Amino acid sequence: MDTLSNYLLISSILFSLGLFGVVTRRNGVAVLMGVELILNAANLNFLAFARFGGMNMSGQVYALFVIVLAAAEAAVALAIIINIFNNFNTINIDDVSELKQ
Amino acid sequence: MITGNFTTDACLLILFLPLLAFVINIFFGKRLPRQGDWVSIGAILITLVLALSLFVEMLSNWNYKFSHEVYFSWIDLGAFKIDLGFWVDNITIVMLLVVSLISSMTHIFSLEYMKGDVRYNRYYAYLGLFTFSMNGIVLANNLMSLYIFWELVGVSSYLLIGHWFEKHSAADASKKAFLTNRVGDIGFFIGIMIMFTAIGSFNFQQLFDGVSNELISGSLLTLAGLGLFMGAVGKSSQFPLHIWLPDAMEGPTPVSALMHAATMVAAGVYLTVRLFPLFTVDALTIIAYVGGFTAIFAATIAITQNDIKKVLAYSTVSQLGYMVLAVGVGNYVAAFFHLLTHAMFKACLFYGSGSVIHAMHHSLHDMHDHDTDPQDMRNMGGFKSKMPVTSMTMTIATLAIAGVPLFSGFLSKDAILAGTLSFVQSNPEHWILALFGFSAAAITAFYMFRLIFMTFYGSPRMPKVFDGIHESPKVMTYPLVVLAGLSFFIFYTVPYFNPFKDYGWFTKLIKAGNSAVPGNPTAKEIYDGVHYAHDAAMMLSLLVAALGIGLSYFMYYRKSLSAEAWSKRAGFLYNLSLNKYYFDENYNKFLYQPFLRLSRAVAYVDWDLYDKYFINGFGYVTKILSKITGRLDFDGLDQTLVDGIGRSAQGAGKNLKTMQTGRLQNYMLFALIGVIIILVVQIT
Repeated sequence: MDTLSNYLLISSILFSLGLFGVVTRRNGVAVLMGVELILNAANLNFLAFARFGGMNMSGQVYALFVIVLAAAEAAVALAIIINIFNNFNTINIDDVSELKQ
Repeated sequence: MITGNFTTDACLLILFLPLLAFVINIFFGKRLPRQGDWVSIGAILITLVLALSLFVEMLSNWNYKFSHEVYFSWIDLGAFKIDLGFWVDNITIVMLLVVSLISSMTHIFSLEYMKGDVRYNRYYAYLGLFTFSMNGIVLANNLMSLYIFWELVGVSSYLLIGHWFEKHSAADASKKAFLTNRVGDIGFFIGIMIMFTAIGSFNFQQLFDGVSNELISGSLLTLAGLGLFMGAVGKSSQFPLHIWLPDAMEGPTPVSALMHAATMVAAGVYLTVRLFPLFTVDALTIIAYVGGFTAIFAATIAITQNDIKKVLAYSTVSQLGYMVLAVGVGNYVAAFFHLLTHAMFKACLFYGSGSVIHAMHHSLHDMHDHDTDPQDMRNMGGFKSKMPVTSMTMTIATLAIAGVPLFSGFLSKDAILAGTLSFVQSNPEHWILALFGFSAAAITAFYMFRLIFMTFYGSPRMPKVFDGIHESPKVMTYPLVVLAGLSFFIFYTVPYFNPFKDYGWFTKLIKAGNSAVPGNPTAKEIYDGVHYAHDAAMMLSLLVAALGIGLSYFMYYRKSLSAEAWSKRAGFLYNLSLNKYYFDENYNKFLYQPFLRLSRAVAYVDWDLYDKYFINGFGYVTKILSKITGRLDFDGLDQTLVDGIGRSAQGAGKNLKTMQTGRLQNYMLFALIGVIIILVVQIT
């Protein structure tokens, strides 16, 4: 049970769920949650490699970095979403298609 | 540079001062006080002083071998090299003095003669240009610079003959002079090129060396010599190119005196004198015949002319013929001697005629008579009492040209005739040359005294005009007096005083050199022959001069022989002479008209056939071709290919822009698809 491939499998399922959320959700906050899932999938990978792949402590350090980064990212992304809400009065990202020609 | 030597510096100044005067007068003359005549006169007087000092130096050196050559490299391309420079010897110095002297006299004489002329400053400028180019010819040490100055002289002659170009006759005469000279110059150029090809140099000394080393010989050398002589034929107005000189009298009279009597026309003779060592015996024989024939031929025309300047013009042609004859018979020092004396007395005669014409002109002007010809001797007569100075000086010059003892012409003409006689004695088959020489002397004496008697003696033919005749002002008579003075023998025989022998500075300082052509008679042989023939020639020339003067005296002074009756009796011959042997008419009929017809035929072929059909047809075909290629280019290339690419790009852009939805998730999906594709590609 306690093998690298199981961890990686779970990690990839987590990544796929995150990606699915990022691509399909219309709600900006949901998209953000998808991003968090992707980051955590990566974290899981780091930790799995720390334990089985020989990355040792550096894997765990990177995981801590990613957690910090995810916190910062969430802060900035939520600020952006608040700004979008202020400007467009919605957080549905399909309505925020100003970049279209 | 090549300065630092008195002779060289003086020559440079003599050459370039008149050019300076020309430049100043042509550009600023109109704005200068007195239209800048003082610039020209100042320059020419300095030139005269320098020439005189060179002359005095020559006399004090008393060295007949004096020779001074300086040159600098003009073009140096290794294989092709031209040096320009001066070659100064005694002949050069004498010639420089002649040119400067006559030119100064002309400048002074013109002060009055040209007063109030519309192009006064240009006239003085051109005189400067002429003096510059003539001195250039005299100083040249090589054929190349000589040829350049030769053409410059032609140009200044053209400009001065055509000074009054409003008159059609003057404009035509200037063109005629220029074009006739060109005919001779072509031969001259061919001669120069033959020499250069054979010897590889333009320098006189090197040419002489080349000829004596037989780098060129035989008929090619004869041909080259005749080519060079052709230049002299044109410039010195020898038969058959003599036609321009009488017409050149359309120019102002002082110009006629300077250029068409004393200096420019003598350039041809000077050339043959300079290049004498190059001529072969055959070439010299032809030269002698051309000269001799010209001498007698022009003299017979001069007999019947009524225009005072025309008489002098034909007399000049005839005297130049004499000089060429002297070169031809090998006695080229005599030719140069005659050139010198002739320059003085003929310039004097021309100034005299200018003075007479000036007086006639003013008298006619006061009478408001603009139809009477002021140059026609039939309107003159008895002017001696009204114009004593002109009459006296012209008579002295006439005595000189007629070859009367005590005058300069006697000495030089005698030298020529002695040379001819000696040549005939050693080559009896050429006896006719002596006949030409002596009969031309008789005829010269005759027509010159005819001129004097018709102008200054007898009763006035137009009394009204006669009343208005006055002696010319002093600026005009002084040059006359100076030149008449120089017609006395004494100036040429110093320090000896024998009027019958030409011993003096001239014969002592200017000695004939040997011909460079191997086999030609040496200078000593020629000199001995001349010496031997001298007395006989002198007797004969005195006799013929007396004959001519006597006939003239009885016909035009005493009128005991009727000129009219004689001319009627001569009939056909008289008309022939009066009409100058119909030379102009025949040249027109047999040369110009056929040439014009040829030109017209060529023009027809060129314009009507070649231009109209070939060139225009070519243009037509080109036009059609361009239309076709234009269609191909515009419709095919532009519309289909170039625009097609543009259109497809535009269409692609239009379709592709729909992909840009503005939805971030779409972009992300595309990125994801891209990553997957890359992964798939990498794995497989």
